[in-house]
Amino acid sequence: MPKAAVKPVRIVMAKVGLDGHDRGVKVVARALRDAGYEVIYTGLRQTPEMVVDAALQEDAQVIGLSLHSGAHMTLFPAVVEELKRRKATDIVVFGGGIIPDDDIKALKQQGVAELFTPGTPLQDIVAWLKKRFPEGG
Amino acid sequence: MKVRSRDAKQAWKEDFESSTTRRDDGIETSTISGVQVKPLYTAADLPARAEEMPGQFPYTRGIHSTGYRGRLWTMRQFSGFATAQETNKRYKYLLANGQTGLSVAFDMPTLMGQDSDAPTSRGEIGHCGVAIDSLADMETLFEGIPLSEITTSMTINSPAAILLCMYLAVAEKQGVPFATLGGTLQNDILKEFIAQKEFIFPPEPSMRLVVDSIEYCAKEVPKWNTISISGYHIREAGSTAAQELAFTLADGMAYVDACVERGMRVDDFASRLSFFFDAHIDFFEEIAKFRAARRIWARWMRERYGAQDERSWKLRFHTQTAGVSLTAQQPELNIARTALEAMSAVLGGTQSLHTNAMDEVLALPTDKAARLALRTQQLIAYETGAANTIDPLGGSYFVEALTDEIERQAEVYFKRIEELGGVIPAIEASFFQKEIADSAFRYQTELEQKRRLMVGVNEFLVDDEPPIEILRIDPKLEREQVERVRAVRAKRDQARCTKALVEMRKAAAGKDNLMPYILEAVRAYATEGEIMNTLIEVFGLYTEQAVI
Repeated sequence: MPKAAVKPVRIVMAKVGLDGHDRGVKVVARALRDAGYEVIYTGLRQTPEMVVDAALQEDAQVIGLSLHSGAHMTLFPAVVEELKRRKATDIVVFGGGIIPDDDIKALKQQGVAELFTPGTPLQDIVAWLKKRFPEGG
Repeated sequence: MKVRSRDAKQAWKEDFESSTTRRDDGIETSTISGVQVKPLYTAADLPARAEEMPGQFPYTRGIHSTGYRGRLWTMRQFSGFATAQETNKRYKYLLANGQTGLSVAFDMPTLMGQDSDAPTSRGEIGHCGVAIDSLADMETLFEGIPLSEITTSMTINSPAAILLCMYLAVAEKQGVPFATLGGTLQNDILKEFIAQKEFIFPPEPSMRLVVDSIEYCAKEVPKWNTISISGYHIREAGSTAAQELAFTLADGMAYVDACVERGMRVDDFASRLSFFFDAHIDFFEEIAKFRAARRIWARWMRERYGAQDERSWKLRFHTQTAGVSLTAQQPELNIARTALEAMSAVLGGTQSLHTNAMDEVLALPTDKAARLALRTQQLIAYETGAANTIDPLGGSYFVEALTDEIERQAEVYFKRIEELGGVIPAIEASFFQKEIADSAFRYQTELEQKRRLMVGVNEFLVDDEPPIEILRIDPKLEREQVERVRAVRAKRDQARCTKALVEMRKAAAGKDNLMPYILEAVRAYATEGEIMNTLIEVFGLYTEQAVI
């Protein structure tokens, strides 16, 4: 297949929950953009419904969630549930923030594909996406 | 011989340049903010100026002539979690352990002006602070704590006026006159637009509420620090030290401008303005930042605003050690980081200090971690001798030169902000937001490329870290808080409450100072969410243009 036909992976990056700590999500969004992904950043205070709406409208294959308020056990699974409700479970969800180890295990069981915590090298996130989407989108 | 007279310095230079230095390992020797520093500073780097003294304009060496000989800094640990009842217990514990002031952390729904039973509060209640929905919760929060004997800092911004009124209403019930109350309200909306992003109303009505509270307190609660102009969040969002300093002081001047425009005299309110800075890990740069802050503020207040009262010239500040410098990896290292950062705040002459707990990178602190953090300050105060000499680094070739350099960089930013039309137009043009995002990305890139090392993160790693104990918020508390706010609504005098909200709405549409109206609504047990929603009907909501 000619190279031009490979569709770049589209990622909707979103801040769910009420906190406004957007340093992490912005740094990750820039790094993913620099790595060749198409990144759409929704901005702050997105409800799970808004995030899924954005992902469907943008025809995204991936949703990246960021949250620093401690509400991840409520809001991350709510995004996964909303994807099920909208029959869009092919969209991969990953997340980042201050998330204790036990919660990471629980969230993975509930359908969040991967979680990245403070101190994660950006290259690890890129590498994870490359592995997940070796052919582009 | 002429050459001989330069010998010592020249000889050092030759020695240094012919030696192997660490510069070959690719690690940055600039400060964490990117300021290029020299390997050695000498008398030639000392700025040519008259000797500065503590307690004297421009206060580079401190605002008090007695330094910490007169009085130590206030050890003020920011704390709050779960419900008012749980947090009340923690406050009593901290006070019993020698803490000298309270500092309230609110949960996200409270910070965003919504009640615990609002749909978007789900999962957020009591997680990053205490949930306060109405005066009833505030009464519980300070149960058994006489407001006449403590000072309290409240970290709240968009709904700051409401929370201050709740505190005033508790004081009324305890029989404590407003005039004797001491404390600080963060109330700094500009840095919310710039960095922390907990905005609700657009800038203009937001500024009106800030000025209303400053004006009201100048008359009714004269010992209250009406605003804590904050660089902390700007720094945590990724800015450099110079950006933190410049953006914060620019915000301060914007508040002064707004109060003057209201018709207030500078000397009637300026002495109640306070500041809040970050103490990051780059030790000397932070000390220089604190010293430069005082000098710039004093000069601007005297020369630009014509303040006559010396108290108006003095920049007083609270410091918190840097949350962003903490690591989830090998978290015990955070105790050492925090101690060093706290030391820089003390050497920089802070008025009060919060030291982060080692586990705050993972969750809210446990009792043990909170106590260790407080003990760290006590150790600096009582064991190290750092409090015995005023501005002990004054006269250091390096620190004096760095103080001047940070000041110079701040002045460059003031010019740029002025060219953009001031702070609010600069916010609307995303100037600050872009500057901060760029700095954050640059720093992250340096970490990725290992041009900067973070111990335990990109170097000196360990495998298999044992998990540490963390504080969990019982989900049951969320349901209880929801029931509590509903019970308050069911029990109150609804006619009084409705009347108070209607009156407040009318006042919001006009020009009256809103504080007395908000206070009456609070006394009538109107909830925070009800008061905010009423104001939103008049003021509208702000949304930002997201930039990455």
